[in-house]
Amino acid sequence: MQATTVAKESALSVNGLSYAYGNRAVLDRVSFQVEKGDLIGILGPNGSGKTTLFRLLSTLYAAPSGMITLAGYVYPAQAAAARRRMGIVFQSPSLDKKLTVAENVFHQGHLYGLRGNELRKRVEDLLRLFGMEERAGDLVETLSGGQQRRVEIAKALLHEPELLLLDEPSTGIDPVARRDFWRHLFALKEQKGLTILVTTHLLDEAERCDRLLILDRGKRVAWETPSRLRALIPGSVLSIRSPKLSEIEGELKQLWAGRLIRRVDGMLRIEPRSEESVEDAMRDAASLLQRFGAEVTALTVSQPSLEDVFLHLTGHHFESQNTESNGISDQ
Amino acid sequence: MESRTSSIVSGSFGLGVYTLWKREVVRFLRQKNRVVGALGTPLVFWFLIGSGVGSSFRTGGTSSGDYFSYFFPGMLLLVVLFTAIFSTISLIEDRREGFLQAVLVAPVPRSAVVAAKLLGGMTLSVLQCLLIYLLALPLGLHFSLGSFALVVATLCLLGLALTGIGYLLAWPLDSVQGYHALMNLLLMPLWLLSGALFPPDGSVGWMRAIIHANPLYYGLELLRAALWPGRSSASLWLFGAITLLFTAAVGLAAVVITDRVRVKHP
Repeated sequence: MQATTVAKESALSVNGLSYAYGNRAVLDRVSFQVEKGDLIGILGPNGSGKTTLFRLLSTLYAAPSGMITLAGYVYPAQAAAARRRMGIVFQSPSLDKKLTVAENVFHQGHLYGLRGNELRKRVEDLLRLFGMEERAGDLVETLSGGQQRRVEIAKALLHEPELLLLDEPSTGIDPVARRDFWRHLFALKEQKGLTILVTTHLLDEAERCDRLLILDRGKRVAWETPSRLRALIPGSVLSIRSPKLSEIEGELKQLWAGRLIRRVDGMLRIEPRSEESVEDAMRDAASLLQRFGAEVTALTVSQPSLEDVFLHLTGHHFESQNTESNGISDQ
Repeated sequence: MESRTSSIVSGSFGLGVYTLWKREVVRFLRQKNRVVGALGTPLVFWFLIGSGVGSSFRTGGTSSGDYFSYFFPGMLLLVVLFTAIFSTISLIEDRREGFLQAVLVAPVPRSAVVAAKLLGGMTLSVLQCLLIYLLALPLGLHFSLGSFALVVATLCLLGLALTGIGYLLAWPLDSVQGYHALMNLLLMPLWLLSGALFPPDGSVGWMRAIIHANPLYYGLELLRAALWPGRSSASLWLFGAITLLFTAAVGLAAVVITDRVRVKHP
């Protein structure tokens, strides 16, 4: 027990964690400390190492070099104690589709050493909380994707974990179910003081987290709150939609040489110059309209997004890593 | 490393085994085609090989009826083998679908995962064998309480051992196709060369050696000794000990492979 009290303050801590598959390094000396009750997002494109980090934290892989403590317990030395205090939802569904909702949840309870009336009461409470009590006797394969996700999370909360890990929780569910899911998550955080860690490649999900760990090619490139991250890029982003995008792009690159101008999703994005004020952005917008007004269908002045932050931090586009990992590099 | 730490949780071992074992059985019973396939295949084999092919093997003093009887223990072994294959193929599916991941990060020792799988395979194969045994009793099988006990005990060991072999093959694999290849390469020959189809004594020397080296041969002879006393040369204690040791070794190997061999999850 002595060893456990040392790291008790933080819900999760990672120090100098590296991991490699054979010769290929996927995590390179990653460190971060998570405070209790925080909602943490791990953000990174495919191939950034976030899935490997998640598997290490979920105790699926043996920990290599570096130190991990989970819910105050050192992993792997105190793996069993840590596992009891963690709820884990993997990206791929862990429910047995041939079993009913209730059978699946009871099974989970048994795996975590719960039984009898205590277990029965918890199952009832949780299924009610997640609005699934009517479906308790139904086979999982008859549920919708969103309902299955709800059962997954209910299942992970059964043993009242202190730390909840969710890997890409919104994958494969519709927008309504996604909104529901995040509402549940916030409620849990508020009511139970649960520490939650979520991996995601969706930037709008990342915005909702208390703190973000941004990974790029196995390295930690940021560990900050979303608002502080956005503050890294002062100023506003201008976006233009137009049928004559190439002409405008060509002219602008001569006109505003030195500024970052690129195409994103069929729009032309102009990144702010350094030390830019809102007035500067407004003036730029006005001059754009003056010059190209006839050709422009839409002009937006927006706050920098996490996408912009990612670009700023890593020097490359968030999504371009996806194509790179498929071997079709566009850089 | 991880294995030593996970076995700290001793309290949840029994409960973990129980819940995983129960899932195996419930899943089997819910998939009707699995029940039909598991029971139907050996019966078809028994009929075709035992009565159809058997008559063309007729040599010396043995009649086709005798071959029918000779083949019966081998058919029970086939039921056990099929059941073992089906229950360990699900290991690969569980890994692909994510069920296994959730089990592996739960505070149950890895040995509970192995124990549940082996006991599940054993339960299903013994139940099916007993059903066929009941069907075959009126055809003139020897019956006494002693022989019944020996049949059940042997079937239990064979069920554990064959599920264990299937487990060893399935654990490192990530595709069902890979398993099928190994099944044809290893498991079917293991059955063919166990003395299930023909007695080793009538075979050529090298074939006899192979059969005697096959651990399943000893279990099979125990079944034969129980069902047709006098027709088997088995020394019960020696053959029993060999079967028991083999089962224990396979079970141990399954625990070790689960601890040591880490397979990439999808």
